[in-house]
Amino acid sequence: MGEEGLYSDKVMDHFENPRNVGKIEDADGVGTVGNPVCGDVMKLYLKIDDDTIVDAKFKTFGCGAAIATSSMITELIKGKKIEEIKQITNKTVAEALGGLPKNKLHCSVLAEEAVEAALKDYYEKRG
Amino acid sequence: MKLVYLDNNATTPLHPEVLEEMLPFFKEDFGNPSSLHQFGRKIRVKVDEAREKVAKMIGADPLEIVFTGGGSESDNFAIKGVASANKDKGRHIITSEIEHHAVLNTCKYLEKNGYQVTYIPVDEYGVVNPEDVAGAISEDTILITIHHSNNEIGTIQPIKEIAKIAQERGIIFHTDAVQSLGKVPLNVEDIGVNLLSISAHKLNGPKGVGACYIRKGTKRLHPLINGGNQEMKRRAGTENVAGIIGFSKACELASTFMEEERGRLISLRDKLQNALTEKISHVKLNGHPTKRLPTTLNMSFEYVEGETLMINLDLEGIAVSTGSACSSGSLEPSHVLVAMGIPHEIVHGSLRFSLGRENTEEDIDRILEVLPPVVEKVRAMSPLWED
Ligand SMILES: Cc1ncc(COP(=O)(O)O)c(C=O)c1O
Ligand code: FES
Repeated sequence: MGEEGLYSDKVMDHFENPRNVGKIEDADGVGTVGNPVCGDVMKLYLKIDDDTIVDAKFKTFGCGAAIATSSMITELIKGKKIEEIKQITNKTVAEALGGLPKNKLHCSVLAEEAVEAALKDYYEKRG
Repeated sequence: MKLVYLDNNATTPLHPEVLEEMLPFFKEDFGNPSSLHQFGRKIRVKVDEAREKVAKMIGADPLEIVFTGGGSESDNFAIKGVASANKDKGRHIITSEIEHHAVLNTCKYLEKNGYQVTYIPVDEYGVVNPEDVAGAISEDTILITIHHSNNEIGTIQPIKEIAKIAQERGIIFHTDAVQSLGKVPLNVEDIGVNLLSISAHKLNGPKGVGACYIRKGTKRLHPLINGGNQEMKRRAGTENVAGIIGFSKACELASTFMEEERGRLISLRDKLQNALTEKISHVKLNGHPTKRLPTTLNMSFEYVEGETLMINLDLEGIAVSTGSACSSGSLEPSHVLVAMGIPHEIVHGSLRFSLGRENTEEDIDRILEVLPPVVEKVRAMSPLWED
Protein backbone atom coordinates (compact mmCIF):
# COMPACT_ATOMS: atom_id res chain seq x y z
CA MET A 1 0.00 0.00 0.00
CA GLY A 2 2.88 2.38 0.55
CA GLU A 3 3.24 5.09 3.10
CA GLU A 4 1.09 7.49 1.12
CA GLY A 5 -1.71 4.95 1.42
CA LEU A 6 -3.85 3.20 -1.12
CA TYR A 7 -6.91 5.11 -0.02
CA SER A 8 -7.77 8.64 1.11
CA ASP A 9 -8.25 9.35 4.82
CA LYS A 10 -11.99 9.63 4.21
CA VAL A 11 -12.09 6.17 2.63
CA MET A 12 -10.04 4.76 5.48
CA ASP A 13 -12.37 6.37 8.01
CA HIS A 14 -15.42 4.71 6.43
CA PHE A 15 -13.50 1.46 6.03
CA GLU A 16 -12.46 1.34 9.66
CA ASN A 17 -15.74 2.65 11.04
CA PRO A 18 -18.38 1.76 8.51
CA ARG A 19 -21.71 3.49 9.16
CA ASN A 20 -25.00 1.63 9.03
CA VAL A 21 -23.76 -1.94 8.78
CA GLY A 22 -26.42 -4.57 9.23
CA LYS A 23 -29.86 -5.50 8.00
CA ILE A 24 -33.35 -4.09 8.43
CA GLU A 25 -35.75 -6.92 9.19
CA ASP A 26 -38.89 -5.17 7.92
CA ALA A 27 -37.21 -3.30 5.07
CA ASP A 28 -39.43 -1.71 2.43
CA GLY A 29 -36.86 -2.27 -0.27
CA VAL A 30 -33.88 -4.61 -0.51
CA GLY A 31 -31.34 -4.58 -3.31
CA THR A 32 -28.61 -7.15 -3.87
CA VAL A 33 -26.09 -6.46 -6.58
CA GLY A 34 -22.93 -8.19 -7.70
CA ASN A 35 -19.92 -6.70 -9.29
CA PRO A 36 -19.02 -8.47 -12.50
CA VAL A 37 -15.47 -7.13 -12.43
CA CYS A 38 -14.25 -8.90 -9.35
CA GLY A 39 -17.29 -10.79 -8.05
CA ASP A 40 -18.17 -8.76 -5.00
CA VAL A 41 -21.61 -8.43 -3.48
CA MET A 42 -23.53 -5.60 -1.81
CA LYS A 43 -26.89 -5.86 -0.13
CA LEU A 44 -28.77 -2.65 0.73
CA TYR A 45 -31.85 -2.42 2.98
CA LEU A 46 -34.11 0.65 2.89
CA LYS A 47 -36.87 1.77 5.20
CA ILE A 48 -39.06 4.24 3.31
CA ASP A 49 -41.79 6.46 4.65
CA ASP A 50 -43.60 9.21 2.76
CA ASP A 51 -41.14 8.93 -0.14
CA THR A 52 -38.28 9.53 2.28
CA ILE A 53 -35.45 7.17 3.18
CA VAL A 54 -35.87 6.95 6.91
CA ASP A 55 -33.25 4.25 7.40
CA ALA A 56 -30.62 2.45 5.35
CA LYS A 57 -28.33 -0.43 6.20
CA PHE A 58 -25.89 -2.52 4.20
CA LYS A 59 -23.85 -5.66 4.05
CA THR A 60 -20.92 -5.86 1.67
CA PHE A 61 -18.49 -8.54 0.60
CA GLY A 62 -15.74 -6.63 -1.08
CA CYS A 63 -12.61 -4.57 -0.96
CA GLY A 64 -11.83 -1.48 1.09
CA ALA A 65 -13.33 0.80 -1.54
CA ALA A 66 -16.50 -1.29 -1.75
CA ILE A 67 -17.00 -1.13 2.01
CA ALA A 68 -16.30 2.59 2.18
CA THR A 69 -18.65 3.42 -0.72
CA SER A 70 -21.39 1.26 0.83
CA SER A 71 -21.00 3.12 4.08
CA MET A 72 -20.92 6.51 2.39
CA ILE A 73 -23.98 5.92 0.27
CA THR A 74 -26.08 5.00 3.27
CA GLU A 75 -25.03 8.32 4.81
CA LEU A 76 -25.83 10.19 1.62
CA ILE A 77 -29.33 8.80 1.18
CA LYS A 78 -30.60 8.78 4.73
CA GLY A 79 -33.23 11.45 5.31
CA LYS A 80 -33.46 12.23 1.60
CA LYS A 81 -36.48 12.07 -0.69
CA ILE A 82 -36.53 9.30 -3.32
CA GLU A 83 -36.48 11.94 -6.07
CA GLU A 84 -33.31 13.42 -4.58
CA ILE A 85 -31.41 10.18 -4.25
CA LYS A 86 -32.06 9.28 -7.86
CA GLN A 87 -29.54 12.02 -8.66
CA ILE A 88 -26.82 10.27 -6.70
CA THR A 89 -24.32 8.51 -8.94
CA ASN A 90 -21.18 6.55 -8.21
CA LYS A 91 -19.25 9.76 -8.93
CA THR A 92 -21.10 11.55 -6.14
CA VAL A 93 -20.10 8.81 -3.74
CA ALA A 94 -16.48 8.71 -4.91
CA GLU A 95 -16.23 12.49 -4.58
CA ALA A 96 -17.77 12.46 -1.13
CA LEU A 97 -14.99 10.04 -0.16
CA GLY A 98 -12.28 12.35 -1.41
CA GLY A 99 -11.69 10.27 -4.52
CA LEU A 100 -10.91 6.61 -5.20
CA PRO A 101 -7.95 4.98 -6.93
CA LYS A 102 -8.71 4.58 -10.64
CA ASN A 103 -8.91 0.80 -10.57
CA LYS A 104 -11.35 1.02 -7.68
CA LEU A 105 -13.93 3.29 -9.33
CA HIS A 106 -15.94 0.27 -10.39
CA CYS A 107 -16.53 -0.56 -6.72
CA SER A 108 -18.53 2.64 -6.30
CA VAL A 109 -20.80 1.55 -9.14
CA LEU A 110 -21.89 -1.26 -6.84
CA ALA A 111 -23.29 1.32 -4.40
CA GLU A 112 -25.19 3.21 -7.10
CA GLU A 113 -26.67 0.00 -8.45
CA ALA A 114 -27.65 -1.21 -4.99
CA VAL A 115 -29.78 1.92 -4.51
CA GLU A 116 -31.46 1.38 -7.88
CA ALA A 117 -32.12 -2.27 -7.08
CA ALA A 118 -33.52 -1.48 -3.63
CA LEU A 119 -35.86 1.17 -5.06
CA LYS A 120 -37.01 -1.21 -7.77
CA ASP A 121 -37.80 -3.76 -5.07
CA TYR A 122 -39.66 -1.08 -3.13
CA TYR A 123 -41.84 -0.18 -6.14
CA GLU A 124 -42.50 -3.83 -6.90
CA LYS A 125 -43.52 -4.55 -3.33
CA ARG A 126 -45.83 -1.55 -3.31
CA GLY A 127 -47.27 -2.69 -6.61
CA MET B 1 3.47 -0.87 17.69
CA LYS B 2 5.83 -3.69 16.73
CA LEU B 3 5.62 -4.35 13.02
CA VAL B 4 5.23 -7.95 11.93
CA TYR B 5 6.45 -8.78 8.45
CA LEU B 6 4.95 -11.99 7.10
CA ASP B 7 5.47 -11.38 3.40
CA ASN B 8 8.88 -12.95 2.91
CA ASN B 9 7.89 -14.64 -0.35
CA ALA B 10 7.53 -11.15 -1.81
CA THR B 11 10.92 -10.10 -0.55
CA THR B 12 13.10 -10.41 2.52
CA PRO B 13 15.08 -7.91 4.58
CA LEU B 14 18.77 -7.73 3.80
CA HIS B 15 20.85 -9.70 6.30
CA PRO B 16 23.12 -7.27 8.21
CA GLU B 17 26.17 -9.42 7.41
CA VAL B 18 25.26 -9.28 3.73
CA LEU B 19 25.15 -5.50 3.88
CA GLU B 20 28.54 -5.43 5.63
CA GLU B 21 30.01 -7.56 2.89
CA MET B 22 28.58 -5.31 0.17
CA LEU B 23 29.58 -1.91 1.55
CA PRO B 24 33.23 -1.78 0.36
CA PHE B 25 32.02 -2.28 -3.21
CA PHE B 26 30.10 0.98 -3.01
CA LYS B 27 33.21 2.73 -1.72
CA GLU B 28 36.87 1.90 -2.25
CA ASP B 29 36.33 -1.32 -4.21
CA PHE B 30 34.66 0.38 -7.14
CA GLY B 31 36.77 -1.04 -9.97
CA ASN B 32 35.37 -2.59 -13.12
CA PRO B 33 36.12 -6.32 -13.07
CA SER B 34 36.85 -6.21 -16.80
CA SER B 35 39.68 -3.70 -16.32
CA LEU B 36 43.16 -5.17 -16.41
CA HIS B 37 44.72 -2.75 -13.92
CA GLN B 38 44.84 -3.47 -10.23
CA PHE B 39 41.52 -1.74 -9.49
CA GLY B 40 39.82 -4.13 -11.86
CA ARG B 41 41.83 -7.26 -11.11
CA LYS B 42 41.04 -7.01 -7.43
CA ILE B 43 37.31 -7.00 -8.17
CA ARG B 44 37.57 -9.79 -10.73
CA VAL B 45 38.92 -12.05 -7.99
CA LYS B 46 35.99 -11.13 -5.75
CA VAL B 47 33.41 -11.77 -8.43
CA ASP B 48 34.98 -15.15 -9.16
CA GLU B 49 34.86 -16.05 -5.48
CA ALA B 50 31.24 -15.05 -5.38
CA ARG B 51 30.53 -17.24 -8.39
CA GLU B 52 32.11 -20.18 -6.58
CA LYS B 53 29.95 -19.65 -3.52
CA VAL B 54 26.73 -19.42 -5.49
CA ALA B 55 27.73 -22.47 -7.54
CA LYS B 56 28.46 -24.43 -4.38
CA MET B 57 25.05 -23.58 -2.98
CA ILE B 58 23.36 -25.53 -5.78
CA GLY B 59 26.06 -28.12 -6.45
CA ALA B 60 27.14 -26.54 -9.73
CA ASP B 61 30.45 -25.70 -11.33
CA PRO B 62 31.27 -21.95 -11.17
CA LEU B 63 31.48 -21.84 -14.96
CA GLU B 64 27.84 -22.88 -15.07
CA ILE B 65 26.67 -19.74 -13.25
CA VAL B 66 25.62 -16.61 -15.12
CA PHE B 67 24.78 -13.63 -12.95
CA THR B 68 21.68 -11.72 -14.00
CA GLY B 69 19.48 -8.87 -12.85
CA GLY B 70 17.23 -11.18 -10.82
CA GLY B 71 14.77 -14.04 -11.07
CA SER B 72 12.66 -12.50 -13.81
CA GLU B 73 15.67 -11.95 -16.02
CA SER B 74 16.92 -15.48 -15.41
CA ASP B 75 13.54 -16.89 -16.41
CA ASN B 76 13.42 -14.71 -19.52
CA PHE B 77 16.97 -15.61 -20.45
CA ALA B 78 16.44 -19.34 -20.02
CA ILE B 79 13.16 -19.50 -21.91
CA LYS B 80 13.77 -16.99 -24.69
CA GLY B 81 17.39 -18.08 -24.97
CA VAL B 82 16.44 -21.73 -25.55
CA ALA B 83 13.51 -20.84 -27.79
CA SER B 84 15.62 -18.65 -30.02
CA ALA B 85 18.59 -21.01 -30.19
CA ASN B 86 16.43 -24.04 -30.99
CA LYS B 87 13.77 -22.63 -33.27
CA ASP B 88 14.97 -24.66 -36.22
CA LYS B 89 14.51 -27.80 -34.16
CA GLY B 90 11.02 -27.04 -32.88
CA ARG B 91 8.67 -24.40 -31.59
CA HIS B 92 6.85 -26.12 -28.75
CA ILE B 93 7.28 -25.35 -25.05
CA ILE B 94 5.70 -27.07 -22.05
CA THR B 95 5.05 -25.24 -18.79
CA SER B 96 2.44 -25.31 -16.03
CA GLU B 97 -0.61 -23.16 -15.38
CA ILE B 98 0.72 -21.94 -12.04
CA GLU B 99 4.15 -20.56 -12.91
CA HIS B 100 5.27 -17.13 -11.78
CA HIS B 101 4.38 -14.39 -14.27
CA ALA B 102 8.07 -14.13 -15.17
CA VAL B 103 7.63 -17.54 -16.83
CA LEU B 104 3.98 -17.32 -17.88
CA ASN B 105 4.22 -13.96 -19.58
CA THR B 106 7.45 -14.94 -21.28
CA CYS B 107 5.65 -17.97 -22.69
CA LYS B 108 2.73 -15.79 -23.77
CA TYR B 109 5.16 -13.46 -25.50
CA LEU B 110 6.63 -16.41 -27.39
CA GLU B 111 3.15 -17.60 -28.36
CA LYS B 112 2.65 -14.27 -30.10
CA ASN B 113 5.92 -14.86 -31.92
CA GLY B 114 5.36 -18.19 -33.55
CA TYR B 115 5.79 -20.67 -30.70
CA GLN B 116 3.20 -23.03 -29.23
CA VAL B 117 2.92 -23.45 -25.49
CA THR B 118 1.17 -26.18 -23.50
CA TYR B 119 0.12 -25.15 -20.00
CA ILE B 120 -0.10 -28.27 -17.85
CA PRO B 121 -2.94 -28.12 -15.27
CA VAL B 122 -2.40 -28.92 -11.59
CA ASP B 123 -4.34 -30.92 -9.02
CA GLU B 124 -6.18 -29.49 -6.01
CA TYR B 125 -2.87 -29.10 -4.13
CA GLY B 126 -1.13 -27.32 -6.95
CA VAL B 127 0.96 -30.32 -8.01
CA VAL B 128 1.90 -30.99 -11.63
CA ASN B 129 1.48 -34.63 -12.64
CA PRO B 130 4.71 -35.75 -14.41
CA GLU B 131 2.65 -38.05 -16.64
CA ASP B 132 0.80 -35.03 -17.97
CA VAL B 133 4.13 -33.51 -18.89
CA ALA B 134 5.19 -36.72 -20.63
CA GLY B 135 1.90 -36.81 -22.49
CA ALA B 136 2.31 -33.26 -23.78
CA ILE B 137 5.69 -33.88 -25.41
CA SER B 138 5.73 -33.82 -29.19
CA GLU B 139 8.37 -33.96 -31.92
CA ASP B 140 8.37 -30.21 -31.80
CA THR B 141 9.05 -29.77 -28.07
CA ILE B 142 12.25 -27.87 -27.34
CA LEU B 143 11.81 -26.86 -23.71
CA ILE B 144 10.04 -27.93 -20.54
CA THR B 145 9.89 -25.26 -17.84
CA ILE B 146 8.24 -26.14 -14.53
CA HIS B 147 8.94 -24.25 -11.31
CA HIS B 148 10.56 -25.94 -8.33
CA SER B 149 8.14 -24.46 -5.81
CA ASN B 150 5.28 -22.03 -5.97
CA ASN B 151 5.47 -18.53 -4.52
CA GLU B 152 1.80 -18.30 -3.56
CA ILE B 153 1.09 -21.67 -2.01
CA GLY B 154 4.57 -23.09 -1.42
CA THR B 155 3.79 -26.42 -3.06
CA ILE B 156 6.97 -28.24 -4.15
CA GLN B 157 6.78 -30.00 -7.51
CA PRO B 158 7.92 -33.58 -8.25
CA ILE B 159 10.78 -31.96 -10.10
CA LYS B 160 13.13 -34.94 -10.29
CA GLU B 161 10.53 -37.05 -12.03
CA ILE B 162 9.80 -34.30 -14.52
CA ALA B 163 13.50 -33.75 -15.13
CA LYS B 164 13.93 -37.47 -15.75
CA ILE B 165 11.20 -37.44 -18.37
CA ALA B 166 12.81 -34.47 -20.10
CA GLN B 167 16.21 -36.13 -19.98
CA GLU B 168 14.91 -39.39 -21.45
CA ARG B 169 13.33 -37.52 -24.31
CA GLY B 170 16.36 -35.30 -24.84
CA ILE B 171 14.48 -32.09 -24.10
CA ILE B 172 16.01 -29.12 -22.30
CA PHE B 173 14.56 -28.71 -18.83
CA HIS B 174 14.41 -25.40 -16.92
CA THR B 175 13.15 -24.86 -13.41
CA ASP B 176 12.39 -21.59 -11.67
CA ALA B 177 13.80 -22.26 -8.20
CA VAL B 178 13.56 -18.67 -6.99
CA GLN B 179 11.39 -19.56 -4.00
CA SER B 180 13.28 -22.73 -3.08
CA LEU B 181 16.82 -21.40 -2.83
CA GLY B 182 17.99 -21.34 0.77
CA LYS B 183 14.76 -22.87 2.05
CA VAL B 184 15.00 -26.47 0.91
CA PRO B 185 17.99 -28.43 -0.38
CA LEU B 186 18.59 -27.65 -4.03
CA ASN B 187 21.16 -29.56 -6.06
CA VAL B 188 21.35 -29.40 -9.83
CA GLU B 189 22.94 -32.84 -10.11
CA ASP B 190 20.38 -34.41 -7.88
CA ILE B 191 17.50 -32.84 -9.82
CA GLY B 192 19.06 -33.42 -13.22
CA VAL B 193 18.18 -30.03 -14.61
CA ASN B 194 19.69 -28.11 -17.55
CA LEU B 195 18.73 -24.61 -16.49
CA LEU B 196 17.72 -23.15 -13.15
CA SER B 197 16.74 -19.62 -12.10
CA ILE B 198 17.51 -18.10 -8.69
CA SER B 199 17.27 -14.64 -7.16
CA ALA B 200 19.08 -13.02 -4.21
CA HIS B 201 16.34 -10.99 -2.59
CA LYS B 202 14.29 -14.00 -1.52
CA LEU B 203 17.01 -15.20 0.84
CA ASN B 204 17.99 -11.99 2.63
CA GLY B 205 20.20 -10.83 -0.22
CA PRO B 206 19.93 -7.64 -2.30
CA LYS B 207 17.28 -6.94 -4.94
CA GLY B 208 18.01 -6.83 -8.64
CA VAL B 209 20.54 -9.65 -8.76
CA GLY B 210 20.14 -13.34 -9.47
CA ALA B 211 21.64 -16.10 -11.52
CA CYS B 212 20.87 -18.59 -14.21
CA TYR B 213 22.51 -21.98 -13.92
CA ILE B 214 23.34 -23.45 -17.32
CA ARG B 215 24.52 -27.06 -17.34
CA LYS B 216 27.69 -27.71 -19.28
CA GLY B 217 26.86 -29.21 -22.64
CA THR B 218 23.50 -27.45 -22.95
CA LYS B 219 23.16 -26.00 -26.43
CA ARG B 220 24.32 -22.39 -26.21
CA LEU B 221 21.44 -20.07 -25.35
CA HIS B 222 21.00 -16.87 -27.31
CA PRO B 223 21.75 -14.01 -24.91
CA LEU B 224 19.06 -11.59 -23.83
CA ILE B 225 21.53 -8.74 -23.57
CA ASN B 226 24.18 -8.29 -26.26
CA GLY B 227 27.24 -6.20 -25.71
CA GLY B 228 30.57 -6.79 -23.99
CA ASN B 229 32.14 -10.10 -23.09
CA GLN B 230 31.02 -10.26 -19.46
CA GLU B 231 29.60 -13.50 -18.00
CA MET B 232 31.32 -15.64 -20.63
CA LYS B 233 29.50 -13.67 -23.34
CA ARG B 234 26.19 -14.85 -22.00
CA ARG B 235 25.07 -11.62 -20.38
CA ALA B 236 26.65 -8.35 -21.37
CA GLY B 237 26.97 -5.33 -19.11
CA THR B 238 29.32 -4.27 -16.33
CA GLU B 239 28.58 -6.54 -13.39
CA ASN B 240 26.42 -5.50 -10.46
CA VAL B 241 29.43 -6.18 -8.28
CA ALA B 242 28.01 -5.23 -4.88
CA GLY B 243 24.86 -7.19 -5.70
CA ILE B 244 26.81 -10.27 -6.75
CA ILE B 245 28.93 -10.12 -3.58
CA GLY B 246 25.78 -9.74 -1.48
CA PHE B 247 24.11 -12.62 -3.28
CA SER B 248 27.05 -14.92 -2.56
CA LYS B 249 27.10 -13.95 1.11
CA ALA B 250 23.36 -14.56 1.36
CA CYS B 251 23.88 -18.04 -0.13
CA GLU B 252 26.67 -18.79 2.31
CA LEU B 253 24.58 -17.75 5.31
CA ALA B 254 21.49 -19.57 4.09
CA SER B 255 23.34 -22.83 3.56
CA THR B 256 24.92 -22.62 7.01
CA PHE B 257 21.60 -22.11 8.75
CA MET B 258 19.19 -23.93 6.45
CA GLU B 259 18.67 -27.12 8.46
CA GLU B 260 18.17 -25.26 11.71
CA GLU B 261 15.93 -22.64 10.13
CA ARG B 262 13.87 -25.21 8.30
CA GLY B 263 12.81 -26.91 11.53
CA ARG B 264 12.17 -23.62 13.29
CA LEU B 265 10.07 -22.18 10.47
CA ILE B 266 8.03 -25.34 9.97
CA SER B 267 7.11 -25.36 13.62
CA LEU B 268 6.12 -21.67 13.56
CA ARG B 269 4.16 -22.14 10.35
CA ASP B 270 2.35 -25.20 11.62
CA LYS B 271 1.52 -23.50 14.87
CA LEU B 272 -0.04 -20.66 12.89
CA GLN B 273 -1.93 -23.03 10.63
CA ASN B 274 -3.27 -25.18 13.46
CA ALA B 275 -4.25 -22.29 15.67
CA LEU B 276 -6.03 -20.42 12.86
CA THR B 277 -7.94 -23.59 11.97
CA GLU B 278 -8.93 -23.96 15.59
CA LYS B 279 -9.85 -20.35 16.29
CA ILE B 280 -11.68 -19.50 13.07
CA SER B 281 -14.44 -21.52 11.44
CA HIS B 282 -14.66 -22.10 7.68
CA VAL B 283 -10.98 -21.85 6.90
CA LYS B 284 -9.20 -23.90 4.32
CA LEU B 285 -5.55 -24.61 3.56
CA ASN B 286 -4.50 -23.78 0.00
CA GLY B 287 -1.54 -25.84 -1.15
CA HIS B 288 -0.06 -29.21 -0.33
CA PRO B 289 -0.25 -30.15 3.36
CA THR B 290 3.29 -31.55 3.47
CA LYS B 291 5.12 -31.10 0.16
CA ARG B 292 5.45 -27.42 0.86
CA LEU B 293 8.06 -24.75 1.53
CA PRO B 294 8.71 -24.36 5.27
CA THR B 295 8.01 -20.65 4.90
CA THR B 296 4.62 -20.65 3.28
CA LEU B 297 1.06 -20.80 4.57
CA ASN B 298 -1.84 -19.88 2.30
CA MET B 299 -5.33 -20.07 3.76
CA SER B 300 -8.80 -19.02 2.68
CA PHE B 301 -11.22 -17.45 5.10
CA GLU B 302 -14.61 -18.06 3.60
CA TYR B 303 -17.24 -15.31 3.24
CA VAL B 304 -14.69 -12.51 3.46
CA GLU B 305 -12.60 -10.67 0.92
CA GLY B 306 -8.81 -10.77 1.17
CA GLU B 307 -7.95 -7.14 0.55
CA THR B 308 -10.23 -6.13 3.40
CA LEU B 309 -8.47 -8.60 5.69
CA MET B 310 -5.08 -7.45 4.48
CA ILE B 311 -5.81 -3.76 5.14
CA ASN B 312 -7.21 -4.56 8.55
CA LEU B 313 -4.00 -6.44 9.36
CA ASP B 314 -1.91 -3.61 7.89
CA LEU B 315 -3.63 -1.19 10.26
CA GLU B 316 -2.38 -3.42 13.07
CA GLY B 317 1.13 -3.41 11.66
CA ILE B 318 0.99 -6.92 10.18
CA ALA B 319 2.06 -7.40 6.56
CA VAL B 320 0.67 -10.32 4.53
CA SER B 321 -0.58 -10.71 0.96
CA THR B 322 -3.74 -11.97 -0.71
CA GLY B 323 -4.80 -13.71 -3.91
CA SER B 324 -8.05 -11.73 -4.06
CA ALA B 325 -9.03 -10.20 -7.39
CA CYS B 326 -9.68 -6.90 -5.63
CA SER B 327 -6.06 -6.50 -4.64
CA SER B 328 -4.51 -7.25 -8.01
CA GLY B 329 -4.05 -4.41 -10.45
CA SER B 330 -5.72 -6.47 -13.15
CA LEU B 331 -8.67 -7.39 -10.90
CA GLU B 332 -8.03 -11.02 -11.79
CA PRO B 333 -8.04 -13.52 -8.94
CA SER B 334 -4.85 -15.52 -8.32
CA HIS B 335 -4.22 -17.70 -11.38
CA VAL B 336 -2.59 -20.24 -9.09
CA LEU B 337 -5.60 -20.76 -6.84
CA VAL B 338 -7.99 -20.71 -9.79
CA ALA B 339 -5.91 -23.39 -11.54
CA MET B 340 -6.22 -25.55 -8.42
CA GLY B 341 -9.99 -25.51 -8.94
CA ILE B 342 -10.74 -23.32 -5.97
CA PRO B 343 -14.01 -21.42 -6.47
CA HIS B 344 -13.64 -17.68 -7.04
CA GLU B 345 -15.35 -16.65 -3.83
CA ILE B 346 -12.88 -18.76 -1.83
CA VAL B 347 -9.91 -17.42 -3.78
CA HIS B 348 -11.26 -14.00 -2.79
CA GLY B 349 -10.73 -14.76 0.88
CA SER B 350 -7.19 -16.07 0.59
CA LEU B 351 -4.25 -14.78 2.61
CA ARG B 352 -0.61 -15.75 2.26
CA PHE B 353 1.60 -15.71 5.32
CA SER B 354 5.24 -16.15 4.37
CA LEU B 355 7.86 -16.48 7.07
CA GLY B 356 11.53 -15.64 7.17
CA ARG B 357 14.55 -15.62 9.41
CA GLU B 358 13.46 -12.58 11.40
CA ASN B 359 10.08 -14.02 12.43
CA THR B 360 9.62 -15.19 15.99
CA GLU B 361 7.03 -16.99 18.05
CA GLU B 362 5.83 -13.56 19.23
CA ASP B 363 4.96 -12.64 15.66
CA ILE B 364 2.80 -15.73 15.38
CA ASP B 365 1.12 -14.99 18.71
CA ARG B 366 0.45 -11.44 17.57
CA ILE B 367 -1.29 -12.54 14.40
CA LEU B 368 -3.29 -15.11 16.34
CA GLU B 369 -4.47 -12.32 18.60
CA VAL B 370 -5.37 -9.92 15.79
CA LEU B 371 -6.76 -12.02 12.96
CA PRO B 372 -9.69 -13.89 14.57
CA PRO B 373 -11.54 -10.71 15.65
CA VAL B 374 -10.81 -9.13 12.26
CA VAL B 375 -12.37 -12.08 10.44
CA GLU B 376 -15.33 -11.94 12.79
CA LYS B 377 -15.81 -8.21 12.18
CA VAL B 378 -15.56 -8.54 8.40
CA ARG B 379 -17.88 -11.55 8.34
CA ALA B 380 -20.47 -9.59 10.31
CA MET B 381 -20.42 -7.16 7.39
CA SER B 382 -20.68 -9.84 4.71
CA PRO B 383 -23.99 -10.58 2.96
CA LEU B 384 -22.67 -14.07 2.17
CA TRP B 385 -22.12 -14.92 5.81
CA GLU B 386 -25.77 -14.50 6.84
CA ASP B 387 -27.25 -16.33 3.87
C1 LIG C 1 8.78 -18.15 -8.35
C2 LIG C 1 9.34 -16.81 -8.70
N1 LIG C 1 9.94 -16.63 -9.89
C3 LIG C 1 10.46 -15.45 -10.24
C4 LIG C 1 10.40 -14.36 -9.42
C5 LIG C 1 10.98 -13.06 -9.88
O1 LIG C 1 12.19 -12.77 -9.25
P1 LIG C 1 12.76 -11.28 -9.22
O2 LIG C 1 11.86 -10.51 -8.32
O3 LIG C 1 14.15 -11.42 -8.68
O4 LIG C 1 12.75 -10.79 -10.62
C6 LIG C 1 9.78 -14.50 -8.16
C7 LIG C 1 9.68 -13.37 -7.22
O5 LIG C 1 8.90 -12.47 -7.30
C8 LIG C 1 9.24 -15.75 -7.80
O6 LIG C 1 8.62 -15.93 -6.64
S1 FES D 1 -14.90 -4.80 -4.67
FE1 FES D 1 -13.32 -5.86 -5.74
S2 FES D 1 -12.00 -4.27 -6.22
FE2 FES D 1 -13.47 -3.28 -5.01
